[in-house]
Amino acid sequence: MDKFTLVVSIVAATLRMATPLIFTGLGGVFSENAGVVNIGLEGMMITGAFFAVLGSFLTGSPLVGILFAAAAGGLIAALHAFLSINLRADQVISGTAINLFATAFASFMIFKVFNTGGQTNIVHSLSYNIPKFIQNIPILGTLLGGLNWFVYFALVLVFVTDFVLYKTPFGLRIRAVGEHPSAADTLGINVYKIRYTCVILSGMLAGIGGASLSIGISNLFREGMTAGRGYIALAALIFGNWKPKGTMWACLLFAFGSALQINAQMMSFQLPDEIYAMFPYVLTMLALAGFVGKTTAPAADGIPYIKGKR
Amino acid sequence: MVSNSETKSNKFLLAAKYVVRSLAFPLFAIFISFFVAVFFVMWSKGYGITQYFTALTDLIGIIITGSFGSTDQTLQTMNYVTPLIFTGIASAVSFKCGIFNIGVEGQFTLGILAAAVVGQIHGLSPIVHIPLIILSGTVAGGLWGSIPGFLKAKLGINEVINCIMLNYIAMYVVNFVIMRTPAGIHGKGQTPIIQDSAKLMKLNGVSFGIIIALICAVVVFWLLWKTTKGYEIRAVGINPHASEYGGINISKNIIFAMVLSGAIAGLGGAVHLSGTVYMTTDLLSFIGYGMDGIAVALLAKSNPIGCIPSALLFGTLESSSRILQINNIPKEVVYLIQSVVIVFVATDYIVDYFKEKKRKKGAVVNG
Repeated sequence: MDKFTLVVSIVAATLRMATPLIFTGLGGVFSENAGVVNIGLEGMMITGAFFAVLGSFLTGSPLVGILFAAAAGGLIAALHAFLSINLRADQVISGTAINLFATAFASFMIFKVFNTGGQTNIVHSLSYNIPKFIQNIPILGTLLGGLNWFVYFALVLVFVTDFVLYKTPFGLRIRAVGEHPSAADTLGINVYKIRYTCVILSGMLAGIGGASLSIGISNLFREGMTAGRGYIALAALIFGNWKPKGTMWACLLFAFGSALQINAQMMSFQLPDEIYAMFPYVLTMLALAGFVGKTTAPAADGIPYIKGKR
Repeated sequence: MVSNSETKSNKFLLAAKYVVRSLAFPLFAIFISFFVAVFFVMWSKGYGITQYFTALTDLIGIIITGSFGSTDQTLQTMNYVTPLIFTGIASAVSFKCGIFNIGVEGQFTLGILAAAVVGQIHGLSPIVHIPLIILSGTVAGGLWGSIPGFLKAKLGINEVINCIMLNYIAMYVVNFVIMRTPAGIHGKGQTPIIQDSAKLMKLNGVSFGIIIALICAVVVFWLLWKTTKGYEIRAVGINPHASEYGGINISKNIIFAMVLSGAIAGLGGAVHLSGTVYMTTDLLSFIGYGMDGIAVALLAKSNPIGCIPSALLFGTLESSSRILQINNIPKEVVYLIQSVVIVFVATDYIVDYFKEKKRKKGAVVNG
C-alpha cells in the first residue's frame, strides 16, 4: 500500500474512532455546562451499546436499535439526575455506581437474552452504501468508503450543539444554571428542570455514542467493548474547555492514537501492540497536564443546588 | 453530684448509641441492595412475584453455602476477602483526604506485577525474599499512586480521570512485561510460578496475608486518628481552605495520601500474589479488586477498621459467584448488589432530609 492510501486510511479511521467519543463528549458538554459532573458517561455508553444491539436483534432494524440506545441511555441518566440533583449525592460516586451498575446489567442481559457469556449474537448494523460513482473518485472515494453514517451525524451534531448552547435562549439558560444557579433561579429559570433535561440529554447522546460502537463500527456487543471511552470523552471535554467544537478537536486527537494502532501493520516502523494500546490514555494524561491550566470549568460544576440556601 | 458509676453507664450508653447509629445506615443499604437483587434473581430464574421469598432464600442460601459450606470453601473465601481489605483501606485513605482514588485498581495491578517479577529471583532465603517481594509491590503501587497525586497537587488536574487512565495503562504495562520481556513465559501469556522462598506461609490453607491485612487496618486507623499527619490528612479532606489557614500544607498532604493509598493497594497486590495466586496472566480486563475496594470503603464510611467487615461481605459475595452461576443465577447479581450499595451510601443526604423535615415540623408546633 502506498503512502497516500495509508494517510487516507488513517484519516478515515480517525473519524470513525472519534465518532463514539464525539457523541459522548457532546453529552458531557450538556451535562457539565448545566453543572452536573457526569462520570457515568462510560456506563451510559455501555447501556446504549447493548440496547442498540438488542433493538436491532428484536426488530431487525438498526434504526430501532439507535432509538433503543437513546432511550436506555436517557433512562439510566435520569437515575443519575435524580441521585445528584434531588438527593444531592456526590456526583462522582453516583457516576461510579452508574458505571458499575451498567456493566453488570449489560452482562446480566447478555446472559438473559442471548444465553451466552461475554458477547451477543451478530445483528444487523447500520448499513452504509455510498453510490459507486463516489466510490470511484480517487481519494475522496476511499475516504468516504471508510466511514459510516454515525460519523456524519456526529459532525453535524457538533455544530448543532454549538448553536444551541451559544445562540438560543435554552443554551443561555443552561450556561446560567451551570455558572450561577441561584442567580438563574432568581430570574425564574427552573434550575432542577434545566439540569434534569441536560443530564438526560447527555445520557441519550452517550447511548447513541455506544450505539455507534456496537452497530456502527461493529455488529455485536462484547463485554469491555467501550474500554474506557466514556472516560476519554470526559477528558476530551475538559481538554476542549467544555465547548462543543473544542471537545470535537480533542476527540479527533485521541482517536488519532487508535487510528495509528489500526493501521500499524502498514507502517514502516513497528511498535508492540501494547504501546499503541496505551497511546490514547497517555495522550489524554499529557493533554490534561499540558493544557488544563488554560481551561475553566463552569463555576457551579459538580455542586448540588439547594433551593433557598445562600 | 453525679456518682462515678452513673457517668460510666452514661458514657457506655452514648457509645452504644453511636455504634448503632453508625451501623444503621450501612445495614439499611445492604438490606435494600439485597431487596433489589432478588428481583434480578426472580427474573433470571423465571419466578413469579409470589415467589419473592423463594428467590430471597435461594440467593442467600446459595451465597452462604457457596462461601461457607465447607471448611475448604470458608478458607477460599478468606483469600477473596484479603485483597479487598487492602483495596478498601487504600480507597478509604484517599477519601479521608478528600480525593477520589479510583486508581486503586491500577496500583493493585502493578503491585501484582512487581511481586511476580521479584518473586522469580533465584537463591534468596525466605527471610530476605518475602520482605523484598512485599516491599516491591508497595513501592510500585506507591509510585503509581504518586503520579495522579502529584498532578493534582502541583497542576490542579482532577485526579479521577488521571487515575482511570493510569488503570488502563497499568493493564497494558502488565501485558507488555508478560508478552515482550523475559519476565513472562514466552508464548504462554503468563509469568512463571514464583520461587518457594517468595511464597507467604499458609495457616490451614489460608494465606498469612489476612493477618497482614488486619495489621494494616489497625496501623492505618492509628495513623489517621492518633497522629499529627493523620489529623492533617483528615483536615484537608474536611475543609482544605480552613486547614491551609491553619498552616497545613494542602499539596504535601494530597501527595502523601495518594502515595500512602497507592502503597497500600500495591501491598495488597503483592500479598495476593505471594500468598494466593503465585503468578499472573496477561490481562484482557481489570482484575477488579481495586474497583470493588471503592464499594468496600464507601460502605465502611472510610473507616479502616470498618473495611474489615465490609470486605468480608463483598468477599463472600465474590467467592459465591461461581456457585451462583451453576445455579442459573448470573454472577453479575453480585455487582448489581455492589452498585446499589454504592448508590445508597452516596445518597446519605436522605437521612438529613428526614431529620430536617422532622425539625421543621417541630418548629411549626412550637410556633
